[in-house]
Amino acid sequence: MGGMQDMGPVRWEKNEPVFHTPWEGRSFALRLAAGAWRKWNIDASRHQMELIAPADYLRMSYYERWIEGLTELLVKTGLVTREEMDSGKPAPGSPKATPPLTADKVPAVLRAGRPASRDVAVAPRFKAGQRVRARNIHPTGHTRLPRYARGKFGTIHLDHGVYVFPDSNAHFLGEKPQHVYSVRFTARELWGEQAPPHDSVYVDMWDDYLEPA
Amino acid sequence: MEWILMTTPGATPFGVAIMATGVAVTAKLSSEHDHDHEHQAVPSDFALRVKALESLLVEKGLVDPAALDALIDTYEHKVGPHNGARVVARAWVDPAYKRRLLADGTNAITEFGYGGQQGEHMVVVENVPKVHNLVVCTLCSCYPWSVLGLPPVWYKSAPYRSRAVIDPRGVLREFGLELPKDVEVRVWDSTAELRYLVLPERPAGSENLTEDELAALVTRDAMVGVAKVALPRSES
Repeated sequence: MGGMQDMGPVRWEKNEPVFHTPWEGRSFALRLAAGAWRKWNIDASRHQMELIAPADYLRMSYYERWIEGLTELLVKTGLVTREEMDSGKPAPGSPKATPPLTADKVPAVLRAGRPASRDVAVAPRFKAGQRVRARNIHPTGHTRLPRYARGKFGTIHLDHGVYVFPDSNAHFLGEKPQHVYSVRFTARELWGEQAPPHDSVYVDMWDDYLEPA
Repeated sequence: MEWILMTTPGATPFGVAIMATGVAVTAKLSSEHDHDHEHQAVPSDFALRVKALESLLVEKGLVDPAALDALIDTYEHKVGPHNGARVVARAWVDPAYKRRLLADGTNAITEFGYGGQQGEHMVVVENVPKVHNLVVCTLCSCYPWSVLGLPPVWYKSAPYRSRAVIDPRGVLREFGLELPKDVEVRVWDSTAELRYLVLPERPAGSENLTEDELAALVTRDAMVGVAKVALPRSES
């Protein structure tokens, strides 16, 4: 939603707690713990939340969206059936699983994280200092190319290296590792002449999002 | 809980957002939530839904409740902005560390033992007198957990996500920070798995402070870019 207007002022809370209610904490933990089954990846989980209807998306609190997305992922990947989700009870006779993430493993799992970089020899198409244009593409599936930058001209600030490509990975169509660049767009290029002359926005973009300018 | 509503003159009243789809929606505060107060007879719908989901997943053996407790404890008490503050303070006192930090944020931060989940790929951007950096994730809420903990509600909110890229100076003004026209503002939109940490300017008059004293001054807001680091009033 970058660049959208009339969303109102930023409201902030003094000394905000990490979790406002115990349910926020439980939601947070449930999503991470369920994710340990590796039935989905981070791109698929982001996409699942993008599928929430806009009116609901804006109305819901952050962790409500997490639970909504998690619910759908659990059913989609078969970890839980729709009937079990609706009833709140395991199907009669269904086997009990063993959770992959137990309390003792939490520190190591968090320390390891899930790097998205890939050690593969893929040639970059662009180099630092080069002028590029973000493609004017509008994928119907998951993408991390923000609408405000499509078709805009920018400059390669630097090459971050090779990473998993979310547009394919979110739909389990392969990792398609490729170079990710930090691309600098001047504020005036993005927002017009009313923007301050020296400001800029740096957007991380995959090779497939860019064309030479 | 104290809410601070910062408005700019002439700003549209909060409450209406026109979506790209052309549908007019009423946007409630995206951070609105129900409190599970003791005097409340009935838990909120959200609380019930989460309880039911946890119960189901535990019964099916899909999640370990002790693991849930450990995850919550980690981000409530162990991982937080105090991590990033130590990195910043070290960079202020040790020029060689600062060079390493700016050249390879991930490895320099690892020297403190910080890293992992949502901090696997770190980039540190330096504020200098003529350049001010601001971090956002317009697409969702990507944030460097390993050095800042979990993001505040405002960072994940529609107003911040939408306006940080198009009107960073207006957003900063709402946080009480006015930047001169000749300062260059750089907004970093966290669209990939790189996570950004702002290295704020060291405040003037802090020359005699120890590294620990410096770290105590560094706020989460300064490391996201919506504030500068200031000396406590009694010392400035």
